[in-house]
Amino acid sequence: MQTLLFALEVSINGFMTGILYALVALGFVLIFKASGVFNYAQGVMVLFAALTLVGLQQGIVPFEHLINNLLGTSIHGFGWNMPTLLALLLTLLSMLLLAWLVERLILKHLVNQNPVILFMATIGLAYFLEGFGDLMWGADVKKLDIGIPVGISDTVEQATHEWFGYGFFIDRLDITASIVAALLVIGLTIFSQFSKTGRALRAVADDHQAALSVGISLRRIWVIVWSIAGLVALIAGIFWGTKSGVQFSLSLVALKALPVLMLGGLTSIPGAIVGGLLIGVGEKLFDFMIGSMIGGATENWFAYVVALVFLLFRPQGLFGEKIIERV
Amino acid sequence: MKVRKLFISLATILSLAAPPALADLVLPWLSYRTGPYSAGGIPTADGFVDYFTLLNERDGGIGGELVKIIECETGYNTQKGVECYEATKGEGSLVYVPLSTGITYQLIPKVSVDQIPLQTMGYGRTSAKDGSIFEWVFNFPANYWDGASVAIKHVLDENGGDISGKKIALVYHNSAYGKEPIKTLEKLSEKHGYELTLIPVDHPGLEQKSQWLEIRRGQMDYVLMWGWGIMNSVAIQEAANIRFPMENFIGIWWSGSENDVIPAAERAHNYKSLTFHGVGTDFPLYDDLKTYLHDKGIGSGDGTSIGTVLYNTGIYNAAILAGAIRKAQEIHGVSDITPAMMRDGLENLVVTDEIMASWGLPGFAPPFEVSCENHGGDGLAMVKQWDAQAKEWNLITELISSDKEVINPLIMEDSTQYAAENNITPRC
Repeated sequence: MQTLLFALEVSINGFMTGILYALVALGFVLIFKASGVFNYAQGVMVLFAALTLVGLQQGIVPFEHLINNLLGTSIHGFGWNMPTLLALLLTLLSMLLLAWLVERLILKHLVNQNPVILFMATIGLAYFLEGFGDLMWGADVKKLDIGIPVGISDTVEQATHEWFGYGFFIDRLDITASIVAALLVIGLTIFSQFSKTGRALRAVADDHQAALSVGISLRRIWVIVWSIAGLVALIAGIFWGTKSGVQFSLSLVALKALPVLMLGGLTSIPGAIVGGLLIGVGEKLFDFMIGSMIGGATENWFAYVVALVFLLFRPQGLFGEKIIERV
Repeated sequence: MKVRKLFISLATILSLAAPPALADLVLPWLSYRTGPYSAGGIPTADGFVDYFTLLNERDGGIGGELVKIIECETGYNTQKGVECYEATKGEGSLVYVPLSTGITYQLIPKVSVDQIPLQTMGYGRTSAKDGSIFEWVFNFPANYWDGASVAIKHVLDENGGDISGKKIALVYHNSAYGKEPIKTLEKLSEKHGYELTLIPVDHPGLEQKSQWLEIRRGQMDYVLMWGWGIMNSVAIQEAANIRFPMENFIGIWWSGSENDVIPAAERAHNYKSLTFHGVGTDFPLYDDLKTYLHDKGIGSGDGTSIGTVLYNTGIYNAAILAGAIRKAQEIHGVSDITPAMMRDGLENLVVTDEIMASWGLPGFAPPFEVSCENHGGDGLAMVKQWDAQAKEWNLITELISSDKEVINPLIMEDSTQYAAENNITPRC
């Protein structure tokens, strides 16, 4: 009985963790779906969004190290903290500006190029953004706190203790992340299905040439989709940054999204969510039941093995579109 | 930051393009100011560079010779670290400081052939303490096995010397570095009767829910941590999430910087970590660093990392290398020493309290002696504790000596095996 309770607790936590994976994977899906580009920079976008948010919030002067080096000054912040809502708004605007610049400076010049070229461009973008973030906000570890409650939920612990005699651990941050992710997916679905821009976005995703022929501006759609990916990156950055502090390793969160994408499919928003949940629950349960027998630390291994198996039998993923190449 | 990096890169390129002045004492520094671990690499490098800049500015170098540091960026990547070694070893490099256990393992066979000393302070291959086998490798003042033993001794002290039946978990980075203390902790568990649970965390350690659920389920009494980078801060957050008592959570010295506790803020209060050097800036050397460097605007970075744990690690590493250079100059009667002379300096290094005071660091670190048999020093360490309100580390113990009765046979076993595999005859 106790093992069953532990397994249930592990599954619930895996479910919540899966949502955090899905948040990162969503950014990849949105851009791939609309432009056929696998955005290597998505992990760094998560980092950059979190860095910008915490930098603004803590009143760090952008490029202060550069300014001090060039002008011999010793500026260390504005001396005030920005209200969180304003910092969030400005960060969102920064991500929109980034999307516009990416289209203007990179994508515009690569229209009709081989997808591999676009992929390589996003690798360049990732390295640029990482260095730019370092230059702008500094490389030190920063605490991100926008008021989201963290730590064990007493309510859940007490309730489960009364029911089962064992109090479950559930992180309040994960509960908030689940609610936000659900709202995000609902919002994205409504936007995609019922708005004019959303329909245009789906049209571009289906066929670039056909969309162009009916007067849809590919460049405008790209700006919109990179902006939405920027918003998703900001949300992912908030939750992952709150968990670990904002530091440059945060960009490695993309590694957790890759198996989710392979499983859920690169072109499906529900796929990213379902893939995230399957990987989250699967890796935690596997580690709980089998991990200790084989030395532990099986989570990454499990996620990628599952993804590999899916690649062998269903290369487009669970919800991805089947790739048919006509000769 | 970027401009500084640019200058450092340009300086490195220029130094590689032109041969060093013959009189320079060349010290390569395999830094990682970029990449996922840059938050740890930058203050360590700043401390190291600042110390030698101070010696150049204040004393005109060491023994009349200026010190020239060649920084080579590894990004904490083992392959790049080896490339840095190959690219700089022809520059008259006196000693290598790889700053990574992974790079250390790759360089050990290379330095033995090239006859350039390797100094790995508190990391690297533990059995390199046996100088009779590892002629060119030095890992004083303490190693991972010392760390494991000191942590257990601290737990013993807290429990009146009896920890039989206690549940102790080791949360470790699933790498050569993280696995180092396992054998020692297993031997110590046989001796003291505690129950050891091994909990690995895969790189980079962003997600540790499974591990901390296991600790919660197992109702562990103590958790020891061998982590690095983001793994540390996530672990401390997760420990706080499950309400694990922070005073029972002890990290190795690489899991005990400000970077690790800041993200958890007040929830990290009372977290403990080992250290083999002092904390803060209350030492005369820091007055000189201010006067000769930072007031003149020639210090590394923007000065905000001065006195942080990793900056102090860089300072201490530089100070003992400078001490070894002086010893080498003294032994051989020349100021412009070679790598072989540097090795002699390292092997005959004696650091006393008086010497530490003469370096402007009284009481900063324990005294130790290096010898042909002992390249690892005396294995002394202290425990420090994080005060989240004051945002500072405080030393809470005196120096604790590791359990040589357990550790020495393990070192002997490992080094003897290495010697057999590599046909090495013990020197002493």
